[in-house]
Amino acid sequence: MKKIFSRPEGLTDTLMRYCPGCGHGIVHRIVGELLIELDIRERTVGIAPVGCSVFADEYFNCDMIQPPHGRGPAVSAGIKRARPECIVFSYQGDGDLASIGTAEIIHAAARNENITVVFINNAIFGMTGGQMAPTTLPGMKSTTSQKGRDVRKQGYPMKVCEMLASLDGPYYLERCAVDTVKNVIKTKKALKMAFQNQLDDKGFCLIEVLSMCPTGWGQTPVQAKKWIGEVMSAYYPLGVYRDRSKEAK
Amino acid sequence: MPEVKILDEVCKGCGLCCDDVCPVDILILAPDRINSSGYHPAMITDMEKCKACGFCYMVCPEPAIEVYK
Repeated sequence: MKKIFSRPEGLTDTLMRYCPGCGHGIVHRIVGELLIELDIRERTVGIAPVGCSVFADEYFNCDMIQPPHGRGPAVSAGIKRARPECIVFSYQGDGDLASIGTAEIIHAAARNENITVVFINNAIFGMTGGQMAPTTLPGMKSTTSQKGRDVRKQGYPMKVCEMLASLDGPYYLERCAVDTVKNVIKTKKALKMAFQNQLDDKGFCLIEVLSMCPTGWGQTPVQAKKWIGEVMSAYYPLGVYRDRSKEAK
Repeated sequence: MPEVKILDEVCKGCGLCCDDVCPVDILILAPDRINSSGYHPAMITDMEKCKACGFCYMVCPEPAIEVYK
């Protein structure tokens, strides 16, 4: 009997300390598989964010750095420039990338740094206790918007892929989700393309992943999964926002 | 003959694999036992129906599922 699916070697044996049903684990598993499939584990440097996945350095079986909050793209760009043979990916949540790290991600994208960014969007600040994030949907309840986000007081959510697509710099931008098997397979395909583009020296790639936060949303994991499909992906449409390889043809 | 192993101590009982994921619908959360963390782990009801598609593995956040064929 042959083992066809099991924990990839790109992940360590440490058990993940995420809540039950959290989407981080699925994305970790996909990245771990890609490190092995593309045979880049030995020369990959990962950037752990501040947020729930701050302990990502314990989970990924490659070199990892944990820079200050939101500075992942800047540190990634520095590593890539100093050591171009390394494969650098920055793994960030929405508090890290869309809130405190907005300047870094925009300038890294505008400079078309040859890095891969994995952006986990769960529309909430998960680690600190479910507060309203820049990505919280209008009308969505969180611990700091208990009657739902009021766009007249708290403004509108930030759509990172659309925002970066307005720049000339980025090479590849796509929004995926991890709610269904089909979307998980699509996410893996998108992440594979993002790492392959870096191997081919193409430029900045960002994959945004809509991910479940059952604890922060006050839902069961199955409800959270359905909520992504019904509500969240209606506000954040899935799809490719920039693909320079197709534009060139 | 395909086989799915669920690592009881790794599983957090989120139930993502049990909801409309398995094409032959053989995954449930064990109703009568818990692991050392207090979660009801997923279990297979009828191993003979399994087609080793790996869908349960793909949606598992841990991943606590191993598929053999």
